[in-house]
Amino acid sequence: MHGFANPRRFLSLAKTLTPILLAVGLLTSAGAVVWGLFVTPPDRLMGETVRIIFIHVPTAWLGMAGWMTIAGSSLAFIVWRHPLAALAARAAAIPGLVFTALCLITGSIWGRPTWGTWWVWDGRLTSMLVLFFLYLAYIALSQAVDREGASARLPAIFGLVGAVNVPIINRSVVWWNSLHQPPSITTGGSSIDGAFLWPMLIALLGFTCLFAATMLMNMRALLAQAQAEARLRRRAMEAEPA
Amino acid sequence: MSGLAPKHQRLVLVSVAMVVLIVAGLLAAWGLRSQADYFYLPEDIAAKPPEPGRAIRLGGMVQRGSLRTLPDGVTIAFNVTGREGNAVPVTYRGIVPDLFVEGSGVIANGRLMPGGTFEAETLLAKHDENYTPRELEGLSDAEAHEVLEKSVDQ
Repeated sequence: MHGFANPRRFLSLAKTLTPILLAVGLLTSAGAVVWGLFVTPPDRLMGETVRIIFIHVPTAWLGMAGWMTIAGSSLAFIVWRHPLAALAARAAAIPGLVFTALCLITGSIWGRPTWGTWWVWDGRLTSMLVLFFLYLAYIALSQAVDREGASARLPAIFGLVGAVNVPIINRSVVWWNSLHQPPSITTGGSSIDGAFLWPMLIALLGFTCLFAATMLMNMRALLAQAQAEARLRRRAMEAEPA
Repeated sequence: MSGLAPKHQRLVLVSVAMVVLIVAGLLAAWGLRSQADYFYLPEDIAAKPPEPGRAIRLGGMVQRGSLRTLPDGVTIAFNVTGREGNAVPVTYRGIVPDLFVEGSGVIANGRLMPGGTFEAETLLAKHDENYTPRELEGLSDAEAHEVLEKSVDQ
């Protein structure tokens, strides 16, 4: 893993991986969404509104996976002082926030025709909203730390502490009587018919590739920014000899 | 501890901190167990009846064969059943959500009346974890597979 601590080696790898992930992600998500919107049959109870599943489930998964990326990178940063890990955590925050917001929005739109309400304060919806606010706080904290030059360990600790919310989101529909239905996909199998399951899984794969591509682009941008700042500082030092 | 490299010390420290945090989080969630329930089940109402007139939420399944429209033409009445067979009679005036059918899940906002009837002000439909195409409902697995094959060929 420490091979990638060298930014140059990481950059050359990221440069080849980004367009591949982006192309695969765009193609598979577009294909899965077209499949989901036009080919799959309507659900026995929900009818056409079931099609929101092809956006809602992948965005929910990436909202949570995004925070686990922040937590994993924060762990690597605190324990091994891996220099790129702090960058990876920062780069995952904004895509994670966007996907969490999309999950909340699509869920709300789905809730209106099926449940009869846009929003309820039950365990699943509330813990997902908490995740959204955690992302906002993490982004504000990491940007403030970056600007003020404080220790990057601060957002890393926040990223690890915030990870406690992820298992709560996951278990919320099992622990509490909730308006949101219990999990459809468990270790025991899936109660989603194959007609919906396959396009959903492919959308999941496509959206995940898009997330990874965005995160790599974000990391490259952050690295370039750090390099540009270092160069400016060096130039200012040279122009003004002590 | 002095024999450990600094990075291993940090790893141990972070792991212990994470374990403590997660246990604390789980304990907090456990403490919330009953308070964070979004609704009462019929068996909860049978075991510990809430005082009449207090606003509560009742959740369960709409009993098959119990849904009927009262003579005034706008009020509907049905029974909500729980996991243990207890049933609570419910009345509601208004438009029901799309998913509200007999045998489906429902959450009713309202209050328990002195007679034991639950008067609902709003109804929310609860979806279950099953997603099935309309055409496949009621077919056996083999038949469903056949229909699916045909629809894919088209």
